Amino acid sequence: MTEITVAPLADVTMPRPRGSVRGRLQDALPKLVLAPSFAAILLFVYGFILWTFYLSFTNSKAFANDHLVGLSNYQKLWTWTFETDPPSGWYTAIINMGLFGGLYVVCCLALGLTLAILLDQKIRGEGFLRPIYLYPLALSFIVTGTAWKLFLDPGIGLEKAVHDLGWTSFSFDWVVNPRMMIYCVAIAGIWASSGFVMALFLAGLRGIDGEILKAAQIDGASGFMMYRRIIIPIMRPVFFSALIILTHLAIKSYDLVLSVTGKNPGGAAELPSTFMYSYTFTRNQMAVGSASAIIMLMAIAAIMVPYLYSELREKSQ
Amino acid sequence: MKFRTMLMAGVALASAAGFAASAHAADDKTVQMLHWWTSGGEAAALNVLKGDLAKEGFAWKDVPVAGGGGEGAMTALKAMVAAGNPPTASQILGYFAVDYAEAGKLGDITSLATKENWAKVVPTALQKFTTTNGKWDAVPVNIHSVNWVWINKAVLEKIGGTEPKTFDEFIALLDKAKAAGVIPLALGGQPWQEATMFDSVVASTGGIEFYKKAFVDLDESALKSDTMKKSFDNLAKLKAYTDPNFAGRDWNLATAMVIKGDALVQVMGDWAKGEFKAANKEAGKDFLCYRFPGTDGSVIYNTDMFAMFNVPADRKAAQLALADATMSISFQSAFNVVKGSVPARMDVPDTAFDICGKKGIADVKAANADGKFVGSMAQNYAQPPAVAGAYHDVVTKFFHGEIKTSDSAVTELVKAINAAK
Amino acid sequence: MSAADALLAAEPRRDPSRSSMTTRIVIYGLLGFFAIVYLLPLVVMVMTSLKPLDEVTGGNMFALPKEPNFDAWAKAWGTTCVGLTCEGIKGYFWNSIKMVIPAVLISTLLGALNGYVLTKWRFAGHRLVFGLMLFACFIPFQSVIIPMAVILGMLGEWGNFFTDNLGVSLGFGNPTVNLVLVHTVYGLGFTTLFFRNFYEAFPTELVKSAMIDGAGFFQIFRRIMLPNSGPIFIVTVIYQFTNIWNDFLFGATFAAGDQSPMTVAVNNVVNTSTGIIEYNVNMAAAIIAAAPTLFVYVVAGRYFVRGLMAGAVKG
Repeated sequence: MTEITVAPLADVTMPRPRGSVRGRLQDALPKLVLAPSFAAILLFVYGFILWTFYLSFTNSKAFANDHLVGLSNYQKLWTWTFETDPPSGWYTAIINMGLFGGLYVVCCLALGLTLAILLDQKIRGEGFLRPIYLYPLALSFIVTGTAWKLFLDPGIGLEKAVHDLGWTSFSFDWVVNPRMMIYCVAIAGIWASSGFVMALFLAGLRGIDGEILKAAQIDGASGFMMYRRIIIPIMRPVFFSALIILTHLAIKSYDLVLSVTGKNPGGAAELPSTFMYSYTFTRNQMAVGSASAIIMLMAIAAIMVPYLYSELREKSQ
Repeated sequence: MKFRTMLMAGVALASAAGFAASAHAADDKTVQMLHWWTSGGEAAALNVLKGDLAKEGFAWKDVPVAGGGGEGAMTALKAMVAAGNPPTASQILGYFAVDYAEAGKLGDITSLATKENWAKVVPTALQKFTTTNGKWDAVPVNIHSVNWVWINKAVLEKIGGTEPKTFDEFIALLDKAKAAGVIPLALGGQPWQEATMFDSVVASTGGIEFYKKAFVDLDESALKSDTMKKSFDNLAKLKAYTDPNFAGRDWNLATAMVIKGDALVQVMGDWAKGEFKAANKEAGKDFLCYRFPGTDGSVIYNTDMFAMFNVPADRKAAQLALADATMSISFQSAFNVVKGSVPARMDVPDTAFDICGKKGIADVKAANADGKFVGSMAQNYAQPPAVAGAYHDVVTKFFHGEIKTSDSAVTELVKAINAAK
Repeated sequence: MSAADALLAAEPRRDPSRSSMTTRIVIYGLLGFFAIVYLLPLVVMVMTSLKPLDEVTGGNMFALPKEPNFDAWAKAWGTTCVGLTCEGIKGYFWNSIKMVIPAVLISTLLGALNGYVLTKWRFAGHRLVFGLMLFACFIPFQSVIIPMAVILGMLGEWGNFFTDNLGVSLGFGNPTVNLVLVHTVYGLGFTTLFFRNFYEAFPTELVKSAMIDGAGFFQIFRRIMLPNSGPIFIVTVIYQFTNIWNDFLFGATFAAGDQSPMTVAVNNVVNTSTGIIEYNVNMAAAIIAAAPTLFVYVVAGRYFVRGLMAGAVKG
């Protein structure tokens, strides 16, 4: 596609028929078209957030109720945040979110970028390799989790297969070791999503203007320098899209955790999503579940809003 | 008008789906049933009920949501109730039934209960969950009990063991198995399984009166007592007899280890018997069922119930038919033979049951008469889900070494239970 | 030149002449290694599904099937029990299709219109509106279930009202329609993101000159934007199709029963709590459930990358 940058249209005064009903309708049309989507999001996202916010101040148990109890649910979570010995479920959830989320996002980006750069070296059989990296995203997280749980199970999976080959001292028992379980969830998650990130980066690489690279080459930039100084910075918008998609997947990875770890033994694989779900639906402490959802949203907002703000702002300049 | 045509096509498709299924008014002859009994044996047993209802002209509308102890099904149920569109009935466990009843979501089938005299045949303890202020709003399908051990008979004979009568004898037996190179204890390391085993350990260590005091009354001195500490120590002893890969294992895979003879014994509720049956194993010949050592005479129960929702008048007849069929002696017998549990009615003959089933029926009757029939803490029958969840947390953290000593385990238990109350 | 032509012409263009033989070997080695790692779970799944059950439970999961056959596939498709009905998962396949197609089409079209408005018909506060729509991507679905159920319940009431007065429910209260609504709403953030980023890079002069010629809002969209949106349509459709097809939480919660989508049926087959676990049937069912998305990725994968390349990922 031709790369043309022009001033945004709305900044230019448009010759439009004014005054008539038809004209005014024409003026309002774009907003009318956007309105249903925006209204739906206001109701189904922000309305629901408000509702959850309200519930977090009540003592709702199995069902929502109106009995306000002030900040006591937040106080509970606040105390749990610092309960490290033994770790409270909420503390584990926060630590795991950091570990899992960090590993998942960073490794997906790193692996995705590496694969994209490798594939971009005029590879024979690219059309054959690309779908191999891409297909895991086509599987649902439940299937992914189940497959990896079997695969990593020391009794029947990888460890046993290596033992059968003769290397009997080989040991890989992370999936049955509560302390290491969260890393197995991360491995399965990275396997599932890194191919998609690869596709994003590959597209980004292919979209770079050849002239820029040629100029850099003439200036004597080495291959590595070119990637570090020119290509990767140009792909900043790709990082933006990838980060948004990965973050939302990390936050919502509920099915994956439960299917890889097998119902969270030792409470060691708790994540905010599993915490929220179990308090709301299986422990019938809906108010605590709601409070945890609100804290989770505030944490996401604290990270994402400045990022969204700076990215969206720069675009318009 | 390309995009508009596409949009129209989309909307048309969506509403075509709507038109197709708009049979709303004439739905009084259907029984909509939410459950998570999707696997072979249980589904076959439920089919008996479906057939019984079909004979009376009621159609069965199946709403299965499998998974765990019905977590997915409970979420779906909550959504259906929140939408004001409850099923005719739903499989439900323990205090969840009480929650729905207290929120006024359940219907009233007292007329049928009085006519059939259920109050006489169902153990009083169960009626706490099936009635609210004297009104019947749920029917019990079965009585499970969790304080069982399941032993592979061939392995027991091979290692020269006998039935353990006390906890110490149990440990000695496990030692024997270990020495013989068999996995002594087949365990699935998931929080609910560990907590379910701990129910039995507590009843064995402190006796059933102590169990009641601690878990039913939530007596703080009992929860903090040395007996409770000893129970945790005993639980820790059991951990030494598992294989290293137990964490996260499903319970039926652990049962399979006993069936195959890889392991000697599993501590599990009597639903495990269904697995032996499915593998064509015979009670008394291939496998043995004993009460958890030191708990003979007591029954720590849980029960599957069908909660009857507050449905519009035109669906009431189907609901009553379902309740009636569920409580029929023939169904209670047929279903429980397959499921491994015992009938919820005390007047069902035990002729169709195997020796484990016969023992189960006799035990329930005796325990009910002696006041030794108590709800399982792990399964939400002693306390509401919030407290049971706290209990799961502490037990599983202790079992997996996050809580290191029995001293801190009891402190944590009291703290967690108080926070959940 | 249309965007599609440019796409078809696009080829890897960096010159590899400086790469030595060893770097080539390292590159191919790495790519091959990763390909094996990525393929392994699928290979194990497929092999398991081709074995009889005793070979699965008794043998090594990496061993090739001795006598590969499709019995497990046939069972999963046609005769395995989903709850009390033993007719396989084939019926649920259609449920998924009739839910996915409208949901994908509607959310994609709305995303296209939103992207068009947010880039070419900007108004005061357009950035805030977009930011709010984008942040909506992060709402945890577990916390919307109950309020969503209440709203769907209200729609169901309307459905009853219409049924009583008109004889048809107009789709209100129908589980499939409910799922279409839910997936459309929670997909809007992503579809809008994709189209906005694509149209951002679209030459505004074309729009401007059309406007001077007197073309209206929809005319410009139809005549100028849509014909050039092929690649981004492919990306958005694939992304939405995958997400909606694989959704379990909403399907299980709002459409349990005979209207439930494929994932719920597969869960009912795979996730049974008791009885013998038929790994081969489970794996076959899982692969069948994933088949449409796998097909889309493998066949449309090249267009997917091309589509992304054409601007989905540009900021």
